[in-house]
Amino acid sequence: VIPLAASASNLLAAREQMAFTLGFHIVLSCLGVALPATILVANYIGLKKDDEAALELAKRWSKAMAVTFAVGAVTGTVLSFEFGLLWPQFMDRFGAAFGIAFAIEGIFFFLEAIFLAIYIYGWKRLSGWAHFWSGVPMFVTGIGGAFSVVAANSWMNQPQGFTLNAAGKVIDVEPLKVLINPATGYEVPHMILAAYMVVGFLVASVYAVGMLKGRRDRLHRLGLLIPLTIGLIATPIQLFVGDTAARAVADHQPAKFAAMECIQETGGHQTEYVGGVCTSDGVKAAIPIPDLDSFLVGFSADTKVTGLNEIPNDERPPANTFLHLSFDAMVGIGTALLALGAWVAWAWWKRRDIPRTPWFLRIVAVSGAASVLALWAGWIVTEVGRQPWIVQGYMRTSEAVTDAKGIWFSFGLVLLLYAGLGTGAVLVLRSMSRRWREQGADLEGDTPYAPSAPTGRKYAYMEGNRPVDGGGS
Amino acid sequence: VSKADAAAAILWVGATFYALFGGADFGGGFWDLVAGGPERGQRPRDLIQRSLTPVWEANHVWLIFVLVVLWTAFPPAFSAIFTTLYVPIALAALGIVLRGAGFAFRKSIVGLQGRRAMGATFAISSVITPFFMGTVVGAIAAGNVPAAGNGDAFSTWLQPLPLLIGAMFAASGAYLAAVFLVGDARRQEDGEMERYFVRRALIAAVVAGAFAVAGLFALHSEARYVFDRLTSQGLPLVILSLLCGVALLALLLRGARRPLRPLAAGAVTAVIWGWGVAQFPYLLPTSLRIDQAAAPGPTMTIIFIVFAIAAVLVLPSLGLLYTLAQKDLLESEH
Repeated sequence: VIPLAASASNLLAAREQMAFTLGFHIVLSCLGVALPATILVANYIGLKKDDEAALELAKRWSKAMAVTFAVGAVTGTVLSFEFGLLWPQFMDRFGAAFGIAFAIEGIFFFLEAIFLAIYIYGWKRLSGWAHFWSGVPMFVTGIGGAFSVVAANSWMNQPQGFTLNAAGKVIDVEPLKVLINPATGYEVPHMILAAYMVVGFLVASVYAVGMLKGRRDRLHRLGLLIPLTIGLIATPIQLFVGDTAARAVADHQPAKFAAMECIQETGGHQTEYVGGVCTSDGVKAAIPIPDLDSFLVGFSADTKVTGLNEIPNDERPPANTFLHLSFDAMVGIGTALLALGAWVAWAWWKRRDIPRTPWFLRIVAVSGAASVLALWAGWIVTEVGRQPWIVQGYMRTSEAVTDAKGIWFSFGLVLLLYAGLGTGAVLVLRSMSRRWREQGADLEGDTPYAPSAPTGRKYAYMEGNRPVDGGGS
Repeated sequence: VSKADAAAAILWVGATFYALFGGADFGGGFWDLVAGGPERGQRPRDLIQRSLTPVWEANHVWLIFVLVVLWTAFPPAFSAIFTTLYVPIALAALGIVLRGAGFAFRKSIVGLQGRRAMGATFAISSVITPFFMGTVVGAIAAGNVPAAGNGDAFSTWLQPLPLLIGAMFAASGAYLAAVFLVGDARRQEDGEMERYFVRRALIAAVVAGAFAVAGLFALHSEARYVFDRLTSQGLPLVILSLLCGVALLALLLRGARRPLRPLAAGAVTAVIWGWGVAQFPYLLPTSLRIDQAAAPGPTMTIIFIVFAIAAVLVLPSLGLLYTLAQKDLLESEH
């Protein structure tokens, strides 16, 4: 018999470990979802316009992706192990339904790994357009993979499509209802757009830093403009999808919505609180905007919004202040990025150029980190906001957790391991970028689609290389 | 054949592909580990790196495939295995992270010291990972995983049979890798490396065979159900494996050029299916049958559809990847 204390302690350790490993992996999976499209855009420009700087960018990004994909593949594997190592009771009871989306994801992951390898290692010996098309499946598998995994998560938020027996085990399944649950429609696009925002702003921020250091060549301009454009296009769509999602959560998961908006009492004319600390008698130190919350939920100040007073004590999400601030951080960062987009659009309309002040580059330089922060914040709202449930309304996270010993130990080990993993990845990427900068002046030996001497085959479509002006980032 | 049996067969197909291709990648790490100092070991290490770089991630996906099919089609078996054998499973996961990261970082890092540290991480974890995976399989075959899960965390796998199967996994990976690398060396017309890996393939074959024989003895004393069926219903497969192994040894000794890879793959495949036949109709001998663990019919249908799509889309794509790699159209240098 496991004493209650041990299993309660397991629950905390398992949740911390899951949150940490997922938070780590989610950044890498964004790169897996959205980096291929970013690379393909640069590759397309390079081929269409015979633009060597664009080709060079595509090549460098694909090499960086080789590293991030490898790390993402192993951290993703860890997550699949954790389903069994940390949440075996959940898998036992619901694997037959929950697993369906992952079975489909398997196909996308396979094709992604295959075509990513062909694309990354095909730069030298494949012909230009054959190489470009070998990369297109990565774009499709990124979307498909994201759909599958996020459909599984939305099923945890809005479970349906299964029949339980008296023991609470799944005895019948309707796969389509599992995959297309009420949350799929907003969670999936929200996550895919988040991936495009993270990748867009993250890659652009690297080149903004380079430009702030005085590297203003074409390579840097393109390296900033291509991803920034992608991120800025995704942003307004994301705000629209996110707004829809919030309204759907208010409807589907009132406890989650009440916790993230700090709504204590059910009723109309709910105040929207920006920031602050949630307490049982209201929000402290916040900026209150009267009626706005009700208005956002139902387009009328009279809209009734469920408060925590209607949620049984043992079904309320924990850490309301944390949830509330996470939600605000996500929305705040999204709004700031929207403003950045308006600024860029205005400057482009006026002068066909990006804003000239260094403040623009400084803001882009932090936009990458900010978008990752928004990603984490959004994920916290989804996951912590669903607590105490692992399957909303059907299974508590405390019922799902393993009785295995040593979870705190394994969490400690994971922290150390991932610290090494993260440091290693950053060091490797930095050393690659340094090497590219040093090689910048002499790209002759490393030009894509160059004639391949060893086999004597000639796939080159480009002869007589013009050196790319300046260095790399 | 019931839906559940068909799903179990799909599980076994995935496990076979993982053992062949993932196993060979781990084996490559083993030969990297024992290749000697930086100068002496450079040529075999280069060959191993060239062979592994474009394919290891795709090969790794078979493991995910196996895990996903297991938890979707047979959820109680998945949770029983993971609540009992969590120690070797966690150690295998640790090995997977270190192997993948070590390999990826080594390729891209500058500076000899960092490269060596990453190389060592990659090589050591390439041996540890298949070993612990083997102990998991051995513990299942030995009937040490109770259907309700939560078996003892240590005594279930710290026994002769699981440990021997673990050693056999590592050795078979080394054997497969050496045979595959013989072919790669040949293609690059590198006679010295060809002889180098022929010698190692011979040694690995003998060692893996010895572990297999020792495993049979352990099976006899620790897993009677599986042993009895392996030596009756499973006997043709055991003999097939033996024939493949002996034929391959003879070919290697005579310096023959082919068909080395099919024989090596045949020897390993026959063992895996022999194991499957031997524990049929159990997923966890002798406490959980395939039909008892099976998910509802519609879930199984999804597994079949996914498998059919995989056969139509993934296998040809894998074929394309391997063909491009074998024709040296994929360059791992930067």
